Amino acid sequence: MRKIYMDYSATTPLHPEVIALMTDVMKNVFGNPSSLHSFGREAKKYLDEARQKVADLIGAKFEEIYFTGGGTEADNIAVFGTAYAHRKKGKHIITSAVEHHAVLDSCAKLAKSGFEVTFLPVDQYGMVDPEQVKKEIRSDTILISIMHANNETGTIQPIEEISKIAKEHDVFFHTDCVQSVGKIPVNVDKLGADLITLSSHKIYGPKGVGALYKRKGVRVEPLFYGGGQERKIRSGTENTLGIIGFGKAAEIAVREFDIENTRVKGLRDRLIKGVLEKIPDVRLNGHPEKRLPNNAHFSFAYVEGESLLLSLDMKGIAVSSGSACSSSSLQPSHVLTASGLPQELVHGSVRFTLGRENTEEDVDYVLSVLPGIVERFRSFSPLVGRKTV
Amino acid sequence: MYNPTVMDHFENPRNVGEIPDADGIGEVGNLSCGDILKVYVKVVDGKLEDVKYQTFGCGAAVASGSMLTELAKGKTVEEAMKITNNDVAEALNGLPPQKRHCSNLAADALHKALEDWRSKQK
Repeated sequence: MRKIYMDYSATTPLHPEVIALMTDVMKNVFGNPSSLHSFGREAKKYLDEARQKVADLIGAKFEEIYFTGGGTEADNIAVFGTAYAHRKKGKHIITSAVEHHAVLDSCAKLAKSGFEVTFLPVDQYGMVDPEQVKKEIRSDTILISIMHANNETGTIQPIEEISKIAKEHDVFFHTDCVQSVGKIPVNVDKLGADLITLSSHKIYGPKGVGALYKRKGVRVEPLFYGGGQERKIRSGTENTLGIIGFGKAAEIAVREFDIENTRVKGLRDRLIKGVLEKIPDVRLNGHPEKRLPNNAHFSFAYVEGESLLLSLDMKGIAVSSGSACSSSSLQPSHVLTASGLPQELVHGSVRFTLGRENTEEDVDYVLSVLPGIVERFRSFSPLVGRKTV
Repeated sequence: MYNPTVMDHFENPRNVGEIPDADGIGEVGNLSCGDILKVYVKVVDGKLEDVKYQTFGCGAAVASGSMLTELAKGKTVEEAMKITNNDVAEALNGLPPQKRHCSNLAADALHKALEDWRSKQK
């Protein structure tokens, strides 16, 4: 059966060049980068190269990149680390209702332990209003954390405006760029962030490795203690192999940025146009223009998302859904709920995220099977006729 | 996640649709949990001559509705009232633990439909 992967925002396959480099390193480089002998020095050399490549990906300095065990860990260091390091200055944190759980739940935990957190609402596109950020800033606000692009809807936040506001009020600003990097420009000076979260496995690198960009002079408290690796920000022997793979993926992301994103956006636009034309009562979620070039996120009225996901899977098409039934927590998507989507449409949501291996034929195949699947479920949905999109 | 029996009923759900002149209709579930299941019954001489269902729900909801109609069809009203959600899940060779509560509500819908039928008998 034909297999089509359209869930690139969940994770990506390794780029062939990443596999080639990692295979070579796996065979030939095993030293601990902290060791002073030749084995250690060789590993350190590879580690440094990777750090430079990740720095280049976002226009940062070599020494501003701290490798972590993934995006979640970098988010946790950014949120807890900043809160703990600056608790004497204040206890107030501002974030949004649509953040990834790595930020959202970290903030919620802080709110239970003496900090105060403002969760900003969003508009119908899932967008944060910079003016509202400004209004919520207090004299004791120490951190603002707003993601660059949303992992579900792909909506891109006005980060430059928000970081400017943060700077004017002398508040640290963190932005999670896990979904945006490699797909839209991410430059530390343009974004103006003090802290940025990156992840390797969303850009065709290996899983279990990420990075925190920390602007020079910004102080965060470590969450792990031990050997003092990553300049004490993240103790623990470096995941050398993973980091080297991440470095290679970063290098490729820079090199292929224009050509790949233009190509994928073309496919994505073809998918959106086709779905809206071929299927009635469909809503495109997220911002119509200010969205990641690979993201198409729909709600199909009267139909439940997990059922759609399963049926697409039977046809070899891999997607994800914001329906409660498709999540292990059985909670419907907090992003779509915060964007004011009616419950029925939250449960009927499906995310297609495209990437390197997708072709025009893939999109056309999806367009050839999806209308029939939606139609079949609608034929026995008790909701048909009750509500409209 | 789902076993082959569940997948079979998901792919080829039995007895879907509505009975236009149904003798009883029962609906359970709500949109906040994401599953709604509606059962229609036709009762002739105290027996369920026809049972159909509609659902807005996940794979488990589709499959449990389908299995329920198979279990209920041909049964007397008394027998049908004894069918439990657990019976439906067992007939499906089991459902994933997280689906047992929210999506396994077909028998409840059937009981509601039969109560609806009963209330019309008076």
